[in-house]
Amino acid sequence: MRLNNTRRRAMASVAALVTAGTLALTGCGSDNSDSNSAAPAADAGPCGTKDNVTLNVGLFGTFGFKEAGLWDKYHQVCPNVTIKENDVEQSGDYWTKLKTRLASGSGLDDVQGLEIGFIGDVVKNHADQFVNFNDVPNAAADKAEFYPWKWDMASTSDGKTTVGLGTDIGPESICYRKDLFEKAGLPTDDASLAKDFATWDGVIELGKQYEASATKPADSHFIDSVNSIFNGAVYQGTEAYDNASNEPDVADSDGVKNAWALATKAADAKISAGLPQWQDAWNKGFASGSFAALSCPTWMMGYITSQAGDAGKGKWAVAPVTPGGSANWGGSWLGVPKASKNQAAAIALVEWLSTKENQVTMWTHGGHWPSNQAAAEDPTVGDATSDYFGPGQNIGKIYGEIAKNITIPPTGQFDTQIQTAVNAQLTNVETKGTNPDDAFKAALDAIKQITG
Amino acid sequence: MTSTLITEPAAGDISRRRPRRTPGTAPKERRSAGSRIAYVYILPFFLVFAAFSVYPWLDTAWISLHNVRLSTYDQREWVGLANYKDLLTNHFFWNAFRNTLTIGVISAVPQLAIALGIAHLLNHKLRGRTFFRVAILMPYATSLAAATVIFLELYSPQYGLINWFLDLAHLPKVDWQNSKWPAQFAIASIVMWRWTGYNALIFLAGLQAVDQELYAAASVDGAGKWGQFRHITLPGLRPTIIFAIVVSTIGSAQLFGEPLLYHGGLPDGGSAGQYQTLGLLMYQQGWANDRLGLASATAWSMFVIILAAVVVNLVISRRRDRKAA
Repeated sequence: MRLNNTRRRAMASVAALVTAGTLALTGCGSDNSDSNSAAPAADAGPCGTKDNVTLNVGLFGTFGFKEAGLWDKYHQVCPNVTIKENDVEQSGDYWTKLKTRLASGSGLDDVQGLEIGFIGDVVKNHADQFVNFNDVPNAAADKAEFYPWKWDMASTSDGKTTVGLGTDIGPESICYRKDLFEKAGLPTDDASLAKDFATWDGVIELGKQYEASATKPADSHFIDSVNSIFNGAVYQGTEAYDNASNEPDVADSDGVKNAWALATKAADAKISAGLPQWQDAWNKGFASGSFAALSCPTWMMGYITSQAGDAGKGKWAVAPVTPGGSANWGGSWLGVPKASKNQAAAIALVEWLSTKENQVTMWTHGGHWPSNQAAAEDPTVGDATSDYFGPGQNIGKIYGEIAKNITIPPTGQFDTQIQTAVNAQLTNVETKGTNPDDAFKAALDAIKQITG
Repeated sequence: MTSTLITEPAAGDISRRRPRRTPGTAPKERRSAGSRIAYVYILPFFLVFAAFSVYPWLDTAWISLHNVRLSTYDQREWVGLANYKDLLTNHFFWNAFRNTLTIGVISAVPQLAIALGIAHLLNHKLRGRTFFRVAILMPYATSLAAATVIFLELYSPQYGLINWFLDLAHLPKVDWQNSKWPAQFAIASIVMWRWTGYNALIFLAGLQAVDQELYAAASVDGAGKWGQFRHITLPGLRPTIIFAIVVSTIGSAQLFGEPLLYHGGLPDGGSAGQYQTLGLLMYQQGWANDRLGLASATAWSMFVIILAAVVVNLVISRRRDRKAA
């Protein structure tokens, strides 16, 4: 092809423009320099160091340490330690950043927040880059504090390496609109609901009653979306998205099969508003009453309060049981990268944050349920009531009972992405009437793209 | 590059078939000290270009031949062309390809046509002309995120203004989110809204370079407004139009922000991928699914597709030039 001068120039510029637009992947030199320049000194004291240090703490979303006054409190305990919090709003963005830094071995903070969504990946691929809490001086005492499953999730399968200490967990129940239940003639007393909400089938039956009611508000449905049911039930089997040998296996998982059957049954019964979580319309639904119930781990109460506002006060309540048995949704850990120059001080801070006293504070000042067992059993936590929920309901006792009985199937490194893919297909089933079998095939297809 | 092409209409129309510079007159003395200094002046650009374009470009090609995840970046596994094979045989790629094409067409064609009309109107002596010229550029200056969020409100199936109007007019409500064509149209409308003014301004600059005497002469010859538009405005604007088409093609092929934000920041392009574009697919593969090799293969495929589209554009316009000559 012969191009004249201007056209060739234009082509060159076009090529330049296009190049600038192609995916920019910066190559990262990956020298894992384990420069333990700060091996714990013998007499460093409870703060890990006697020097003046600044600890960078990398977090996402709202951990709430600062809001609960814990940074100020720590500065009183350890005046030589200053804490600088580096926040990223979305945990997904935070994880991408953290992965980049782990791959390049630079730019890591002294303490890094680790979420349930990516703890599996960290344990599998980066355990050697974090301080092993089985090797720290207080290892035995640290381990004794936590729910065993919480400790195990942050540990390699041989149990020898543990990448972080727990912050909160998310014992899960159902939150419901008391006023809407009453309008629809549904029971709202804990004794009846403990029976009706004991199984997911019971929930679906109650949903049918709600939808059939002539007195419920016209645009209101029972549950926010069938994803609420799926995501709750999927972790109640012996397997969720990973099999026992920690390989992704969705097609053969009993948890997935059961949860899919329940969710599609709920879709068929048309008891849901079809609003996927976190979307705008879902957010609006809290105030407008588009749905009367949703899956509700402890931290969801804070979310409901912020979305439904003062007008929702006293209208909401927490179901006394988790349908299908105790389950967990969410929760985090704090890890200390080996690259940290202030390892000892960082370990001291993480241990301090996981003490009973401070985890109790995190519950009373921010609704983060303790992963520290002693804290969870503390009367201050167990006796907690709420004006917003119930009102006057003993939510501390309800969630305490659920938390005690949580069991966890293996957690995989792609759980978050797989769940997103499955939820998208469930949304098609409930809003577009896609055939459940076709939708499940499409989900497996999308999962194949994730697992490779 | 922008300036090169935009100023071209000045040389356009009348002089276009005349050689711009008599061959052989590019004198030797020009290539001395002066031109060497010119190289020094453009050096910073090319250094940045090398670091932020050429290097990532080549590195992306290299990565596309590997199986690699960000989390285990140092454990790359050589797979040859397997990523490309995976890509070209999976329906996610072809779905995204088709969506990119259809959203591109339903946004770019009306956009350029409307822009041409607006430019034509703004070229007349209007009262408050400067105001209008600034006003049409406002959407371009609006942040993409803000614009998309507002449009999302307008198109909301439950609470949106547009469905409210449809309801008022006794028309059936449209599910602008979960259905395919309405969702694609909605996204195209955001693109149109943002870029029409920008293109109108480019056209306007081109129009002002067209010799006004030609219009005078044409009207003496009895040509009406439409005749003037067809025989003077359009030919005079041709280089500008080609530029706008090329830029729109590239922009459409890379469409990303609008469909991402249209599904609340999820890169799946709707629950059935009904508006997932190639840019979005690449992002989903790379950052949501953590498969950088596959994402890089998509990036390179996009590059080839865009290049092919641009070459087709240029060849067609060149053919037409020859015919015209």
